Amino acid sequence: MSNPQQLRYSKEHEWLSAAADGVSTVGITEHAANALGDVVFVQLPEVGATVTAGETCGELESTKSVSDLYAPVSGEVTEVNEDVVNDPSLVNSAPFEGGWLFKVRVTDEPADLLSADEYTAFSAG
Amino acid sequence: MSSTAPRHTALDALHRSLGATMTDFAGWDMPLRYGSERDEHNAVRTRAGLFDLSHMGEITVTGPEAAQFLNYALVGDIAAVKVGRARYTMICAADGGILDDLIVYRLAEDEYMIVANASNAQNVVNELSSLGEEFEVEVRDDRDHYALIAVQGPESPGILKSLTDAGIDGLKYYAGLPGTVAGVPALIARTGYTGEDGFELFVKPEHAVELWQALTKAGEGVGLVPCGLSCRDTLRLEAGMPLYGHELSLSLTPFDAGLGRVVKFEKEGDFVGREALTEAAARAQANPPRVLVGLVAEGRRVPRAGYAVVAGGEVIGEVTSGAPSPTLGKPIAMAYVDAAHAAPGTPGVGVDIRGSHEPYEVVALPFYKRQK
Repeated sequence: MSNPQQLRYSKEHEWLSAAADGVSTVGITEHAANALGDVVFVQLPEVGATVTAGETCGELESTKSVSDLYAPVSGEVTEVNEDVVNDPSLVNSAPFEGGWLFKVRVTDEPADLLSADEYTAFSAG
Repeated sequence: MSSTAPRHTALDALHRSLGATMTDFAGWDMPLRYGSERDEHNAVRTRAGLFDLSHMGEITVTGPEAAQFLNYALVGDIAAVKVGRARYTMICAADGGILDDLIVYRLAEDEYMIVANASNAQNVVNELSSLGEEFEVEVRDDRDHYALIAVQGPESPGILKSLTDAGIDGLKYYAGLPGTVAGVPALIARTGYTGEDGFELFVKPEHAVELWQALTKAGEGVGLVPCGLSCRDTLRLEAGMPLYGHELSLSLTPFDAGLGRVVKFEKEGDFVGREALTEAAARAQANPPRVLVGLVAEGRRVPRAGYAVVAGGEVIGEVTSGAPSPTLGKPIAMAYVDAAHAAPGTPGVGVDIRGSHEPYEVVALPFYKRQK
């Protein structure tokens, strides 16, 4: 699997797009989606909510388990992906595209976000 | 086992070449899934699935007193099982607690094969060996002498028939006969743990790869796919089948688990647990403890084993198994609940899902029954 070069990554296996007008898109990586198995339910933060980098802001349920969703950055949620709420399998079929989770107006970001190559090495280890 | 290194089945390299996600299960490294577990589940319901179940524990009991011995060691009437037939039964402790649930195949007048859960197999071997000292029998741990491959789903009879001359059409549910499948000697059993028609093939480990590949090829045209333990769990849950360590345990008798019918008091002679089970049966009738029920979610959050079942803010039970049901399209669970809340349709029942009380409907088991 390949992790898109233009994204940055958290050690909790979320990806973050480059900001456009201060807003970044967040999702989980293909590596994380594969580890979860079929995702059947996603609970996302609400539009307008404030999320804090490294803290939980939702959850993902798969056949075998439930996992917390961590915010990779701090900021205000501007949009959530209703398509993925209605069809959580998008997280498995298109984790970097149609399976995006929410958009956030970034106020602060941690210093330890990873590049694609760094995350590839991290997730293989 | 003193070693903590997982054991590998004869099909291990094949699973890896198929890209399986592996998981540790009762000390075995087993395929959890090959691709999407939901697709694997649906394949078994509508077409066919192929499983490696070589972790299951085979124990052979032979000797002139084999039938008499098993009638003493197990709760069922094993002496009444006809040659070529199988029986679902249990082995209980003297206090009536369930040591394991088993399938017993009668291979000959004086020969039975018992299939135990992987997690309990060593205990069952020990228990039977110890009890067997008083009888003219040999108890043999045959775990290393068998691989077990299951073909499950509506297309499975056709797939098997294309590979064997054995009389599959005459083989009833819970029956087994020796035969040759794809040139490999096998015990062909019409059993399974999926709620579908299907077969379990006990073969020598050195024949497992050859048989797996032949079945894969024979099933190509009808949509057979390799299936992992993840979908096996959702299949058996939909079918309302108990799993040891979840619905069954040493602290429960068969009567507590709603499976009192497996205990055959009418059989001749004493058997391990008879006295305690007689009391358990009376208790279950007069003052039923918690009852095993089905729960179907109204929402989409999934109940997991150990979650509390609640009503009116009080804990009234506990989830034993839960998963998103591919067939129902909703989360489902099995749970032990207080008898007062166990009737299907009982209002106000919920599951505490990480602090939030989600509404659930109480239903009769099973969730799914195949159309015959």
